[in-house]
This record gives sequence, structure tokens and C-alpha cells, in this order.
Amino acid sequence: MTELQPGVVLDIYRRILNIRRFEEEVGRLFTAGELPGVVHLYIGEEAVAAGVCAALRDDDYVTSTHRGHGHVLAKGGDLNRTMAEIFGKETGYCRGKGGSQHIADFSIGMLGACGIVGGGIPIATGAGLSIKLRKTDQVSVPFFGDGAANEGSFHESLNLASAMTLPVIFVCENNQYGEFTPAQDTMNIEDIAVRAGSYGMPGHIVDGTDALEVYAVVHRAVMRARNGEGPTLIEAKTHRRGGHAEGEEAFLAGQTYRLPEEEELARLRDPLLILHERILHEGVADAHALENIEQETTQRVADAVTFARESPWPAEESVLEDTWA
Amino acid sequence: MPRKASVDAIREALRSEMQRDESVVVMGEDVKLAVFAGTRWLHREFGDERVINTPISELAVAGAGIGAAATGIRPVIDLMFGTFLYLALDQIANQAGAMRYMFGGQTKLPLVFMTVNGSGISAGHHHSQPMHPLFMNMPLIKVVVPSTPYDAKGLLITAIRDDNPVLFLSPLALGSLRGEVPDETYTIPLGEAAIRREGDDVTICTAGAMSRRCMEAARTLAKEGIECEVIDLRTLKPWDEACVLRSVRKTGRFVAVDESFPVCGAASEWAATVAEKAFQHLRAPVQRVSNLDVPLPFSPVLESAAVPTTERIVNAARRCMQAEPA
Repeated sequence: MTELQPGVVLDIYRRILNIRRFEEEVGRLFTAGELPGVVHLYIGEEAVAAGVCAALRDDDYVTSTHRGHGHVLAKGGDLNRTMAEIFGKETGYCRGKGGSQHIADFSIGMLGACGIVGGGIPIATGAGLSIKLRKTDQVSVPFFGDGAANEGSFHESLNLASAMTLPVIFVCENNQYGEFTPAQDTMNIEDIAVRAGSYGMPGHIVDGTDALEVYAVVHRAVMRARNGEGPTLIEAKTHRRGGHAEGEEAFLAGQTYRLPEEEELARLRDPLLILHERILHEGVADAHALENIEQETTQRVADAVTFARESPWPAEESVLEDTWA
Repeated sequence: MPRKASVDAIREALRSEMQRDESVVVMGEDVKLAVFAGTRWLHREFGDERVINTPISELAVAGAGIGAAATGIRPVIDLMFGTFLYLALDQIANQAGAMRYMFGGQTKLPLVFMTVNGSGISAGHHHSQPMHPLFMNMPLIKVVVPSTPYDAKGLLITAIRDDNPVLFLSPLALGSLRGEVPDETYTIPLGEAAIRREGDDVTICTAGAMSRRCMEAARTLAKEGIECEVIDLRTLKPWDEACVLRSVRKTGRFVAVDESFPVCGAASEWAATVAEKAFQHLRAPVQRVSNLDVPLPFSPVLESAAVPTTERIVNAARRCMQAEPA
């Protein structure tokens, strides 16, 4: 951490806090019945998106998952438009046509969240191909979970990216569960990162609750990709604070699936608290400065909720807009 | 005018667009060697960067095409046999067709998926299926099925210039067919049918490989004094509904002939549209002639029996002529 500029550390902290306060609010709104559909919260995993995106430029690409709010915000997405999309309003990123699982902001290289497990991986790989063909030094990052690492799209994309030396950093967020099933029940390996070896690329394991470690490892992989040295697989071990989806109690019908020791770990390894403590401990900023960031963030989230609530619903006629280009 | 095979027409279209637009790239399994020859030799002119041999990974290749199309490239993805599209379905159905709409119009996807389609060379079920109805059923994907080398060139050029995902399906049975193809670049609008033969008695609507068979049937029927109007749709989505309805208003009889499976096949869509929008002009029940509802068999005898035969088309037209209005 000492080698990182204080500005970078605080930037990462802001991204984490932004996501945390936003997602807490989304959870409350869902419980209050204000949101249509379903939401999957990113709480507990913020250090991954924040650490990765802090190591990227605006013109770098990412693709995301069904648990995608954090990736949008970490990449620099607008809180108001993100919240409005989750509400299904006209002012949302996708004019209410995508919703929570399909938010994109092409202006900042966010090529879309994705409701299909593993669906974004080939698309980010294609963005990597495009970078290579256009001869720029951008990079492309698909975010995906442990579950996606068992999809064909993951294996095909890693092979393709490696065979073609594409500037892609594959970021696996291993949050220990594919929906409701522990990852350890669905694969006979401890670490997904070892799969990199099968495709002839480096694989790294990072503590996905430590944003600065994520940043450092991703930064090196990004430099490698920008230099034309090809793809990297990074497995960030992390924890999902909540369930697979908000409101899942309704269909769990009293069943439990979390392993108690893992749940305890998820509570202890809170990426927000970890970075908060390090910033104070190492004197990057004082409590007063962090409190200011907290207040700014809380206000921005509150403003986003007001914006979304007060935004109009899409006009019914717009159902036939945004069709053929 | 020079006579060329469909594969040569396809190669000319690709060459024309690769010369015209540096962002056009061709990728797929064996596109350099090119089993169906459409992409053969292109790498000599345009290099390995723009003519890309990929792993046999249909899902990743399709997705990579989407990601590239969303970020400034105009890819033509050659998946070889139409049935291989099944392996890429998640990316085509969930992403390619949906992304622009789902993201509120933020992106365009100038992207062509190119394969052969249908049966006719005893390739067996895994290399012979008609794929077009599946994609007609997906919103916002264009589906093109040329039936002549001339159309193949003009339609492919238009497809490559289109800013939407287009599925370009060349009839497998017509691979070696030769026809007149100008050397120069030309386009044919998507969604515009060709009337292959004019007639006042029966409208036969078809596309792709069945166009020739319908023309044979029309010649047989003409000997009986039944004059058929044969409409080759060329594009199945969007399709030239107006042309078909105009013809039905004239003839009052409609036969839909399509090389695909009968349930929810293309013929069903055409027949339903005619029944819905031209019912008062119909003098006989609409007729559908489709594949039999079985996987494509291998033996040439069985294979040709499984797709619409000239005889079945002729009989359908005769049934129209014999029907008495209620």
C-alpha cells in the first residue's frame, strides 16, 4: 500500500463506498416494494470492482454479470441513471428496457451487464479482438463469477484470447456460491485460477476483499495486456454478504444453504471496513476526511433515489423504439 | 454477363466490402482454406489479421463477433454449417438480437453470421437442417436466404453494410449452381422479394433452395393451364409482405413452400399472414408445403422425400384450383 499514491487509495475507497451505500439503498427499496423484478446485490464484493476499475482507463472495456450494479458504478457510471434503470424509468441508462440485470454505459466502455451466467465473457473477448485489430492500447475485462467458470463460454473464451494474444483480463469473482450451491460442491479444484494454465496464460489468486491487493495485481495484468503480451486470469476470492437475490426467503421456504463458517468470514472480511481501517492506520486520510466522503456519498445516493422516483415512466410508444439501427 | 457459382459470388461480395471498409473482417473455422470456398484466398489479399482462423468454439466466436461489432469492427462470422449455429445460440439469441434494444439504443451491431442452410448433399441430420425459422422467431435479427448467385452477392454486400445482426444463410443445395453475376459491386435491399414468374391463378411463396423447385412445379402446372406467380422472398426477416399480399389479391390462391420443419416453420408464418390480411380475396384454403417432421435422413432417396418435392408443390396448387369457395 505504501507505494500507492494517497489519491489512488482514496479513489478506490470512494468507489467501494459508493457501491455499498447504493446497494444498501437498493436493498431497502426492494424490501419496501418500490422496485419491479428482482435485484442481486454486490455487497461484500465491492473491492473487486473498485480495485479492478481503478486500474482501468475510461476507454477500457468491461462486461458484467447479473450482479452488475457495482461494476457499472465502479467503472464511473452515473448513479442517477443507474438507479432510474433499476426503477424501470425513462431516464435510466436503457430507458427502462434493460433493468437491474442489463445496465450498460457504452460511453465509459461498460458494454453491459448480463443475465446469462458467463454470457459477457465472449463479448469482452471480442472487445479485446477489436482492440487488437484497431491497434490501440486499450484492454478489456469480463467480470464473472465462480459459477461461470464452469460454463463453456469461459473455457472457449480463455482459449480464444490466449490463442490470439488478446488484451483481456479475465476477472473471476469467486464469492463461494453459484446461486445457492457452494462452489466447492460443483468443482473438484480449490482454485479456479489454475485453469489459466490449461490455456497458456498466467493465473493469479488475490484476496478479493482487499481492494489494494486487487488493484496491484490487476494493474500488472493491465500493463502486460497493454504491452501486447496477452490475457491473464485473476481469481478474486470474495464473499457475498447477502443471498443470491433479494427476497429469496420467499422461495427458500425455510431452507438454509450458507455454510456458517463462510458466513462468519463474509462478515469479518468486509472490504469497506478493511480499507477504512488501513487508510486511518497508515495515515492516508483522517477520520474527518472519511466522514466527509461518507456524507457526500450518502447524499449522492439519496439524490439518485429522488431522481429515480421523480422520473417519468417510459412512454408506452417507446416499446417499439431502439429496434433496427 | 459472366456466369459464376454462388461461392464465387460470396467471395466477390466479401472482397468488395473488405476493400471498401477496413473494419470488415472475416472470422471462423478454416476461413482461409474455406471448405465452402466463399472465403478462400481472401487472406492472401487482406492478411491474417482480417481473415481469422478461429478455434472451433462457436459460442466464443459468435460472442467475440458481438463484442467486436459493438466496439468498431464489422465482422463477418463464418460458422460453416447452419447446424453449428445451435452451439452459438446463447450469444445470438440473448445478446446479438437484444443488445441494442435492451441497452436503450446505445449501440449498433454491424454483424453478419454466415452459414450454409438446409439439405441436399446427403450430409446427414447434423449438417443439413434448415435453420431460418429459429432465427425468424428472434426479435431484431435479419434473416437472408439467397437463391441465386446474383442475389447472393448483392444481398451479402447489403448485409455487411447493415448496422444490425444479419444471418446470411446460403442454401446448401445450391452451392454449385452457376448464374450470371456482374463483376462490379451492387446491392440488393433486404426485405425486397423477387417475382420469379408472373401468373394469375396461384401465388407460390418460397425462398432459398425451394425457389428452383417451385419454378419446376410452375412449369408443370402451366402445361395444365394453371399459371403460377412464384415469389422468392430472398429476405425472410424483414419479409416482403406487401408483395405477397398484392399477388394473393390478384390470384386468390396461396401456396407457401418452405424447406423447414412444418410446425412454426416459415410457411406457417406466410400462410397465417395471408389468412389474416387477405382472407376476403382467398378462393381456396391456403396450402403449406414443408419438410416432413423428421430429422434429415442420409440416403439420397429418403433425403429428397423429406423436403418439399416438385410433386407435393404441384399437388398443393392443384388442390387450390379444385377447391370451391364456401
